[in-house]
Amino acid sequence: MNTSALQAARLVLARDLQLAFRKRAQFIQPLAFFAIVTTLFPLSISPELSRLREIASGVLWVAALLASLLALEFLFRDDAYDGTLEQYALSGQSLTWLLFAKTTAHWLLTGLPLALMAPLAGLSLGVPFTALPGIIAPIALGTLVLSLIGAIGAALTLGVRRSGVLLTLLTLPLAMPVLIFGAQATDSAIRGVSFAAPLYLLGAMAVLGITLAPLAASAAVRISLE
Amino acid sequence: MAWTWFHRLASPPHVYALAARLTPWLAWPAAVLIIAGLYGGLVLAPPDYQQGEGFRIIYVHAPSAWMSLMVYVTMAVSAAVGLIWRMKVAHAVAASCAPIGASFTFAALVTGSLWGRPMWGTYWEWDPRLTSELILLFLYLGYMGLRSAIDDVRRADRASALLAIVGVVNVPIIHYSVLWWNSLHQAPSVMKLAKPEMPAGMLIPLLLMLAGFTLFFVALLLVRMRGEILNRERSASWIREALTG
Repeated sequence: MNTSALQAARLVLARDLQLAFRKRAQFIQPLAFFAIVTTLFPLSISPELSRLREIASGVLWVAALLASLLALEFLFRDDAYDGTLEQYALSGQSLTWLLFAKTTAHWLLTGLPLALMAPLAGLSLGVPFTALPGIIAPIALGTLVLSLIGAIGAALTLGVRRSGVLLTLLTLPLAMPVLIFGAQATDSAIRGVSFAAPLYLLGAMAVLGITLAPLAASAAVRISLE
Repeated sequence: MAWTWFHRLASPPHVYALAARLTPWLAWPAAVLIIAGLYGGLVLAPPDYQQGEGFRIIYVHAPSAWMSLMVYVTMAVSAAVGLIWRMKVAHAVAASCAPIGASFTFAALVTGSLWGRPMWGTYWEWDPRLTSELILLFLYLGYMGLRSAIDDVRRADRASALLAIVGVVNVPIIHYSVLWWNSLHQAPSVMKLAKPEMPAGMLIPLLLMLAGFTLFFVALLLVRMRGEILNRERSASWIREALTG
């Protein structure tokens, strides 16, 4: 039977989503992590909402960045353990498309829920209600870029024992532009000015990431499987 | 036949011998240029009308910053050559570049922050170019971390080569995003070669230092590369001949 690359990618996406719903705990952990980290700031800095509002965009972004980084470890690990990834590489299908599907599934399961949960954390940090779109949209786009960049790092560290710290070291420097423009967008929204410009830049990075990152990730997976 | 020189670069014994022969030809001119540049910059050049004598740290700072980027590009290019043509020697070059580049980056950061003390009144300012230099240091550290985390040399070569290429695509993005994020650093005044804003007495020593640092890097690279080749080929028979004969 002949399956086109898009069909195969859709199958992988459906499989990953289904697996995730069977193992819910794994995907709730990053969200809980995000909630805990954002709670640390009022406790460590000050409970005054006026002061918290000043740093809210930074807190939300750093917490989102770390939470999605934490989730990256799950991206390929199980599939690498049980040989699924190897079968993907041998299947004759385009590994690039399959990994793009896996990355998309990963974003749907971690980035998107983070973006939907961030407004709650934002409100608790004194962010005005009108600024919430300026939290959801940039974090949704930004976590997509992070998942794409992170897929490369996760693929490169596949064979490495205790890869967590190394993965952080590889991914965070590459993620700095996302943090800069994402935090800028959220900060503009909190100040009540237009956040379109940094959002467009995040969008441009997402397009660049969608185009190039799966190619690099598939090359990295092939190197790691050698 | 015009390409034989290129093909011979793929042979570790040939490159090992070539590097040994070339090193003094690069190291001595580098030493002369750096001494001349330092004399010109620290003694002959007039003090800056705004920054006084403090500006003289530029003669170490600017060449280090320049080298930190150039070494990264060299590393990425040789990594790509190694990945595409499967040249072992190119991977050895990339592997030897990383610690040198990290050292230049570190030197640029230290001199930059020492310069910041008299100019900005503080050792560290979150200025865009210092910040992107810091991120560059993290990129180098990530590269070296990945390389040392993978035991198999061939896999480490290929994985870190891919990382270097991904990094080089990202370096301009990081650079411009940091630049837009916050602009405080003085605009570059050297690269406008058409109409240099620096008087010749200051500029010439700086260019001497740039040339000297570049040659110094290549000489250092050759020495490190020989060590790298020795380590990688330690079970090959030509090594014994090269070392004893």
